[in-house]
Order: sequence, then structure tokens, then C-alpha cells
Amino acid sequence: MLKSFFLRAPAVTGLSLLIIALLLSVSIAFPPFLDPVNLKSAFDDTALLMMMAVGEMFVLLTRSVDLSVAANAALTGMVVALFNAKHPGAGILPVLLISLVMGSALGAVNGLLVWKLRIPSIVVTLGTLSVFRGLVYIISGGAWVNSGQMSHAFLNLVRLPLLGINLLSWAGVLIAILAFLFLRYSLTGRNLYAAGNNPEAAAYAGIDVGRLQCVAFMLSGAIAGLSGYFWVARFGVAYTDVASGFELQVIAACVIGGVSISGGAGGVVGVILGALFLGIIKNALPVVGISPFFQLLISGLVITVAVALNSGTQRKTHGRHILESKKVTP
Amino acid sequence: MTEPAFSLSGITKSFGGVRALVRGELELFAGEVTALVGENGAGKSTLVKIMTGVYQADSGEIRLNGQPVHIGSAAAANRLGISAIHQEPVVFDDLSVAENIFIAARPRRHGVVDWAQMYRRAAGILAELDPGIDPRMLARDLGVAQKHLIQIARALSNEARIVIMDEPTAALSHREVEELFQIVQRLKREGRAILFITHKFEEIFALADRYAVFRDGAAVGSGLVCETDRSSLISMMVGRTVDQVFPKQDVPIGAPLLQVEALSRGEEFADVSFTLNGGEILGVYGLIGAGRSEVMQAIFGLHRPDSGRIALRGEMLNIRSPGEAIAKGIAYLPEDRQSQGGILRASIGENIVLPCLSGISHRGFVNRRDEQALARRFIGELQIKTSSAGQLLEELSGGNQQKVIIAKWLATNPQVMIMDEPTKGIDIGAKTAVYRLMGELVSKGLGIIMVSSELPEIMGMADRILVMRRGRLRACFSRAEATPERIVAAAADA
Repeated sequence: MLKSFFLRAPAVTGLSLLIIALLLSVSIAFPPFLDPVNLKSAFDDTALLMMMAVGEMFVLLTRSVDLSVAANAALTGMVVALFNAKHPGAGILPVLLISLVMGSALGAVNGLLVWKLRIPSIVVTLGTLSVFRGLVYIISGGAWVNSGQMSHAFLNLVRLPLLGINLLSWAGVLIAILAFLFLRYSLTGRNLYAAGNNPEAAAYAGIDVGRLQCVAFMLSGAIAGLSGYFWVARFGVAYTDVASGFELQVIAACVIGGVSISGGAGGVVGVILGALFLGIIKNALPVVGISPFFQLLISGLVITVAVALNSGTQRKTHGRHILESKKVTP
Repeated sequence: MTEPAFSLSGITKSFGGVRALVRGELELFAGEVTALVGENGAGKSTLVKIMTGVYQADSGEIRLNGQPVHIGSAAAANRLGISAIHQEPVVFDDLSVAENIFIAARPRRHGVVDWAQMYRRAAGILAELDPGIDPRMLARDLGVAQKHLIQIARALSNEARIVIMDEPTAALSHREVEELFQIVQRLKREGRAILFITHKFEEIFALADRYAVFRDGAAVGSGLVCETDRSSLISMMVGRTVDQVFPKQDVPIGAPLLQVEALSRGEEFADVSFTLNGGEILGVYGLIGAGRSEVMQAIFGLHRPDSGRIALRGEMLNIRSPGEAIAKGIAYLPEDRQSQGGILRASIGENIVLPCLSGISHRGFVNRRDEQALARRFIGELQIKTSSAGQLLEELSGGNQQKVIIAKWLATNPQVMIMDEPTKGIDIGAKTAVYRLMGELVSKGLGIIMVSSELPEIMGMADRILVMRRGRLRACFSRAEATPERIVAAAADA
């Protein structure tokens, strides 16, 4: 069973090996990398990337793309930071609730435009990406919200240690597990695959592709909103440029993890590995003394190679086998 | 007389200005097979799409067991127990076979998908159809016939009371057809009402209890199969004589034009050799997936053959791209008009000049006046019905679109015209116009290779008929030798 899984998912196998090799070489070159404090921080960073990438995957599965996830996180993060500054005594539950509701509402804007107006998602989210960023500026008046203005509960939730790692990392793990179960066992999750894999056949099977795209955008938005709060709390500051350009890393994590840009293929395991890979590059290379520009180069190369490999494995099955084998013909 | 399980009456449906269905009438009975026959463009597939909720009828009434029903969506059709097996297998390549079967109704337990049950039930259904298919396989790894079986398994799985089969045998071998017939008999015994769409008369008489004939979007006749015969079905279908449909001209056959020798490519085709003469229409017949289009695409330079030789007027060709093929005088009309043949959102003029832009451009800029002149010339010559050369291709009827695409290739002054299913999906009048045009082209010395899956068309138009099966040439008949039985026997698996 496990063996067939790895055979079926060459991206997953290759990526696992690559990550192990990377971890080994970094630990040998620079043993302090394995320091628990360092690892915890790297894991927290990666958890943010991981959860947003899982959200992005829902959208990619339906043959769409969400470029607005980072802007959504910045806007929602700013809103909850301002709320917390105004009502420091309200506790953490309203903050979580606002971030989820607002995030999914912003996602619904994308989803409805894609579903009802049939505008290509890349255009819709390119627009909302700028709109969301602009709104951050407007509601904050361009000012920062600093950690001094945030309540203890707001700041410390993400840092709550639990079995060796922080709650933020647990949140990433939990979202990944929930996403895995959702995609494997719920009708909506399964239909996301069907809708992206063959929209026409999905329509014949009574699956409403547009509605599912909207659902995917709302899920992606909800996770982005929650990540917005986590981001602001983790770094202790909210401002216009929070997570600026992060959407590209989110999409990169998906693509490296084997999620097809043309929809219908990919899984949570791959996305987690993709995020881990980028997280390790980002956190390990600086400690080994490699320039940040090299990090860009390496992650860029890996994305290109990953995409080339994935399309290569698909091309193999693309050619039609018409000729009858010689053994059969007398 | 018993009450029909399913009935359609007075159904109409238009797309833009084109009336696809003018009077759709159909009755299906439980435990019986009704054969729906009619030429391409008669409105059969529109009717199927209305029955399966993909399209909504403009007017008319649908009744299920006597009760009026509204089939507002594909999901509604599924709920009502209407299941369709489409001509082209509609499957999800990256999903497992089991999930493909249960796509509209995955088994669930406590609200979540029950994979164990899904695999078990899929294995049970597949055991009767093809024990060689593992329910855990990806659909991507199946052959065409097996993908059809998945669709049949779908109909079996959801206990559909109305089963629609849209030319299910088109891509199947002889043995597979036999097996399909047994499945249909079983569905009958289980009391399901079956609509069987086919072009093959032997299938109607072997399988069907009733028939319904459509022509030009209207029901023109129906009744019991045992009370009719082949010729009366044909006259209902066609409504005109064969000579009117196929205006075959007598053109003297000239010198060899295109010679293909021992052409092979990977798993697609092997050892294909033939000669096309000037003034000749060479028909290439075979089942879907026989490798015909692949051979033509290799000649046109879309895919490079592994071995073999191609010569034009005795000159060896080494074609590496479609651009080189066009320069040598070879034109290729692809099978899929919408996706490969023309650019729907461009004007007629822009479409026509596309392959010969270098001929009418000056220092890299296209001369608009030349473009207009060329377009107007072909609109006149081919009698394309349009308001102006600036009209968008997507606004034309299927037949006129096909004329524009033929014009586009004529503008390159070809010597060899390869036409892949040249009349697929266009109405009978437009077909005749295309046939007449083919006659005019060969009378000017061109050679035409016509790839077609339609026996009447091949027999009506071709001077010689090549038959392909599974990537190899199996037979070559002259016009005089060709009979439907001989052609079909060569095309079908032994």
C-alpha cells in the first residue's frame, strides 16, 4: 500500500529524498542548526507557509489560482490587530472568529466573481490582491500597529508551547490533517478533484464546477485570514506590507509538491513537503552562510525542475497506444 | 398498449439562430431497447443532452412514468435515474476507476466517503464487465474500450431506470461489441428502459425492440423494429436519394502525387504505405483510435515518424514541421474544427489568411487590403454565407465554419489536401456543399485524402478506400470492389 503510494507519486518520493539530503548536509555543515530554538522558529515560519499553501491547493485543484492570499492575510491581520488594540479585554476567541469569517468573506468575493461572472481567476485575484492591500492602508491610515498595542493573549497564543513546539506549528499540522481528511473523505473534497480534472465530465455527473470553485476560494480565504492573525501575532506588528509577495512562495510550495496548475491532481502530503522544502531553504541556508539571493535561485531552479519532471511523467502516458503488440498477432 | 417509462413530446431547442430540434418526440418503455437513428446533425445529441439535463429545452414536455418532470440539471437527471453512456468516454483521468464509476453517488458511511465499500462494489460490478480492471487503477491507464466500460459500470451502479447509450459501439472491437450486447440484454431483463443510438443497421435489428428516426431536428417516424426494414429506415433517415447527398464527379485519375512508404511511429502506427494520385479522393476508413489521424499528422509534420519515407511528385520530403508541409503544398484539415481547425474569435478574413500570412505581408506587416481581397475571393468561390469578411468565425453555422477552414487551406495553394472527418457535426445540406467542393478541387488536379468514420460518406465519395485497424493498413478497395460488409470486416477486429 505504502509502496504503491510512492510509486504513484514520484514527486512526493523525490521531494522526500531531497529534503532528507538537504537536512543532513545542513546539519553536518552547521550542527547548531539542530538547536531546538532554531528548529522551533523554522517550524513556525514553515507552518504559516504550509497552511496557506494547503488553502491555495484547494483553489489550484479546481483549475483556478488565488493570488490574493497574502493580501488577504495582511488585511485580516490588520483588522484583528486594530480590533485587539481597541478592545484588548475582549479575549482571543473574537479575534479567531473575526479572522476566519473575514478571511472567508474576502475569499467569497473572489469565488463569486469567478463563479457568477466567469472571470478568469488569475485576473480576479490580481485585482483583489491590490484592492486588499489598498484597504490595509486605508483602514490603518498607513500607520503600524506595534506589539506594545497588542494584548498579551493576542501575542502569546501562537507562542504557547505544547509538546516541544509552539501552538502555531500545531495549527499548521492540524490544518494539514483536516485538509487531508476533507479531501479524502468528504463529497465536496472529492468533487474538487473531479471538477478540476475534467470540468465537462463533472458537469455530466451533476457536479457544479463554479460553485466548487467558490467553495475553494472561501476555504483558501478562511485559512489566509487565520494565517493573517498568526502572522501579525508572531512578528508582533501589523502594517501594509505584511507578507508582501508571499503568494508566490505559497504557489511555489504547491507546485513543488506536485499540485497540477491545470487542476485535478495533487495532495496534502506533497504540499507539506513542498512547504517544508522551501522553509528549510529559507531558514537553513542563511545559517550555513549562503546569500539570500542564492536562496531565490535555488527555489526557482527547484520549481522549474519540479514542473518539468511532473509534466514529463504526464507526457509519457500522453502518447496513444494504438498498435497491437506483436505477440498477440499470429 | 403499456404506458411509456419515459416520454418527450414537442421538444424544441435553438442555439443562437440555429434550430437544433424542431419537434423532438420520443417514447421509451421499460424492459425494451429503443434505437434512435438519424444522420449527424439530425438532433440526436441535442436530444440526449436535454434528457440528461445538460441542456434545457426551449419548449415541450418530458414525462417519467406518466408524471411531468423538469430536468433542470445533470444532478436532477441522476436523481431521476437517467444515466447516459456518451460516445466519447467521459472519465476523470486522475481519479481511480472506482471513483469514476461512483462519481455521481459515492458510497458513504456516517456522512464520509466509504472507500472500502466503494472499491468492493466497484470490483463486484467490474467482475461482470472486465475482471482485468483493478478498481484502484487510475482511469488514465485504461484503453478507450475500457473507458466505455467505466461509463457502463456507472449506469449499472446507480440503478438507472433510463439508460441512454450514444453510439457505444463506435470505438469497440467485434468481441467487445458482443459483450456489450449481452450487457444490454441484461439491462433489459432488469426492466430498464434503454435508448440506443447507432449508425449501424445490423445493431438495430439485432438489439432493438423499437425505433425512432430523427431528421433535421424532427422526429419523422417510430414503431416496432419487427414491422420495418432497412430500406424504409434509410428513406426515413435521409429523405432524399444517395445521388443527391453525394455528388460524386467523374474526374480522370492523374499521376502519383504523394507516396508514403513504410511509415511507422512508436506505438501509434507501423508500416503504412500508400500512394495518392492527382485528381483522386482517397478514403481512409477505420474505427476511432485505429491510428488514422496519427498517420496524417505525421505526414503533415506535427509528429515525426520513426521511420519510413514520404515523397511528393517523386521528390523525397523531410518534413519537420507543419510550416514546411504547407510550404511543400500539403494542407491538413484537423478533425476537431473548434479546437484545431480555426480561431473562433477571429474574423473570417483573419482565419483565411492565417497559414499564408507571409504571402500577403510586406516587411513583416500584413497588408489589410490584400487580406480583404483574398477573403472576399474565397467567400465568393465557396459560397460562404456571411454578412462580411469581418464577421467572427464563431457566429457562422458549422457548415460555413468548415468552408472557411477549407478556404484557409486553399489559400496556401496546396497540391495535397488531407481532410480529417470533413463533415463531422455539420448538417446534411452543408455536407453536400463540402462534397461538391471536394469534387471541384480534385477536378483541378489536387489529391484529397479523406479520413472518415462514416461508411456512406467514404463509399459515396472515395475513388479508393484504405482501411486501418490498430495502427496498420488492413485493406485497400477500389470503388467498384467496396461493399459495406467488406470494409467493416477489414476495420473490425477478427
